[in-house]
Amino acid sequence: MDKGLTTRQKVEAGLARRRRKEYTFRALGALATAVGVIFLAVFFASLIGNGASAFQQTFMLLDVELKEDVLAPGGELDLQYADFDGLVRSALRDVVPGVSDRSERRALYRLVSTGAGYQLRDLVVADPSLVGTTQTVWVPAASNVDMLVKGNIDRNLDESLRPLSDKQIGWVDVLDQQGRLESRFNRALFTNGDSRDPELAGIKGAVMGSFYMLLVTVALSFPIGVAAAIYLEEFAPKSRLSDLIEVNINNLAAVPSIVFGLLGLAVFINWMALPRSAPLVGGLVLTLLTLPVIIIASRAAIKAVPPSIREAALGLGASQMQVVFHHVLPLALPGMLTGTIIGMSRALGESAPLLMIGMVAFIVDVPGSFSDPATALPVQVYLWADSPERAFAERTSAAIIVLLGFLLLMNLTAVILRKRMERKW
Amino acid sequence: MPELPDRTTELGGETVGNTRCENPFMVARDVNVYYGDNHAIQNVSLEIGKKQVIALIGPSGCGKSTFLRCLNRMNDTIETARVTGRITLDGKDIYRKEQDPVALRARVGMVFQKPNPFPKSIYDNVAYGPRIHGLAADRAELDGIVHTSLERAGLLKEVKDRLDEPGTSLSGGQQQRLCIARTIAVNPEVILMDEPCSALDPIATARIEDLMDELCEDYAIVIVTHSMQQAARVSKRVAYFHLGLLVEVDETDKIFTNPQHKLTEDYITGRIG
Repeated sequence: MDKGLTTRQKVEAGLARRRRKEYTFRALGALATAVGVIFLAVFFASLIGNGASAFQQTFMLLDVELKEDVLAPGGELDLQYADFDGLVRSALRDVVPGVSDRSERRALYRLVSTGAGYQLRDLVVADPSLVGTTQTVWVPAASNVDMLVKGNIDRNLDESLRPLSDKQIGWVDVLDQQGRLESRFNRALFTNGDSRDPELAGIKGAVMGSFYMLLVTVALSFPIGVAAAIYLEEFAPKSRLSDLIEVNINNLAAVPSIVFGLLGLAVFINWMALPRSAPLVGGLVLTLLTLPVIIIASRAAIKAVPPSIREAALGLGASQMQVVFHHVLPLALPGMLTGTIIGMSRALGESAPLLMIGMVAFIVDVPGSFSDPATALPVQVYLWADSPERAFAERTSAAIIVLLGFLLLMNLTAVILRKRMERKW
Repeated sequence: MPELPDRTTELGGETVGNTRCENPFMVARDVNVYYGDNHAIQNVSLEIGKKQVIALIGPSGCGKSTFLRCLNRMNDTIETARVTGRITLDGKDIYRKEQDPVALRARVGMVFQKPNPFPKSIYDNVAYGPRIHGLAADRAELDGIVHTSLERAGLLKEVKDRLDEPGTSLSGGQQQRLCIARTIAVNPEVILMDEPCSALDPIATARIEDLMDELCEDYAIVIVTHSMQQAARVSKRVAYFHLGLLVEVDETDKIFTNPQHKLTEDYITGRIG
């Protein structure tokens, strides 16, 4: 350096370089953020683009004659043998004339969902006086019809490569011209359990399974996690053992989740003989998974409580227990709750450990308790993504949208709770 | 009393001046404090009298706060801290096995450097001590304790219409007086003050100093301070600490006009910072 330069000259000489460095760093940061935002936008766009159509479903208008001799042959309503499917089929035959061949008829019948018969049955059970009348009802169309209407089946493709034949497409067009096809809100998606027929498949079973599971998880992991955090942070003597425990808890938080699934399979199902595929076991496994997260977050929240508050209470003669429960806990609670909710949203999105404990089974019934066989939302996504029918593709995306909705809701709750309960000192 | 050497310069010898006082209430004998391997306080002996203010002064890191925190066993909360020697309160060793630190701290209250009200209402701040110790039989009695304590701390006039507002909403000086009210609500016998005015402006400081004058009629007060003017204004006796040693103790007038030890003189004349 020249000795003749003044301090000011030296500072100014380096200024341009400092500015350039700062500018470069800012630009890099902005670029990184932009990349993240773009990926997120692409993800959401593709998800919504694929999944939005699943919330609509094609329905078919049929005039069904609820024939007395079919439903109540002996004068009494006989649901066990009543052939509702037959009634639907004859109604369909009436709408599309000139179908006489047996194989052609069968092809025609495939245009309407098997759910149509159940829908009629529910109608008659609700109001038996309908027997003998003709009812005009909207019944779900088969998923292939739905796909054709939504434009997901290419009409120009060779007939052998299409799920619908030329004839079937012709019939769909006839129905469409008569105004008998309509796109309506897909209620089944939210009120039904899983099904092999995409038009009847719903996420209610998976949502309820996830709900019961999370209930078990939160009921166990919050109290255990908070208690462990308080003990480790406030009461446990600092020793080699407590260091070891701390390291292990941090390690547990990073263990791949499938390992917890295997542990759950070995301990809860094989050894404790708890039922397979049950939300109870799923909840227990997810508890193991979320405990380290909650303990770490809770300890951080306890550490963040200013020592001056502790000292003030101790100086007044509060016991260690009173310091913790009167002062530390109320101040640390927002942080603990946030950690818990973040742990819960991780648990909600977890699928791998559930595969290990049998929650990946095909289950039609909506679970009504903790021990009923069930599946969970992310596992349902996995199951549907694995299904060959074209209509399951959009339902997979729809299920993901619902899952993301729940996650968003939980994280929002965490933010609001934190804002509400945060206290200044 | 042997003749003391004039202006001794040696460090590590006996404490010069007079560590004794009339009517001693707390007595420390050969107190040593270690933080791990660090010998923070060495062989400190000091008597603390009833109804008087004693000021602990000295440069930063000299151990005066450490000594203060021995008097109500706040050092217990630091895991590596170890205290040897003997400190008695009213003739009984406070480090004896049967002594419950909780009970001790109800008798020896503490006011901290930074005002640290609880993030609760003003009322709850003052009522906290009486509540945990079960000092009030009913709400009316508790109200009485809260009012008297606030009044004695000179805060009642300013806050009596907003007792349910958070204590943290007060100004710094008011917060510190709230902390004093909170401490005297437990009716302790000794009040320890760890630089209670260092975060306050001169006006708030003056109020706290007036308060100390009033409070010392009932309590023994030990105050750690960095301000020699403050020590001169409020205390009856002054103890000068240096590098973990108690160098000199005497009547305030004597310390400030005729210090016996070279280090004391250097400090009070501003040669040691």
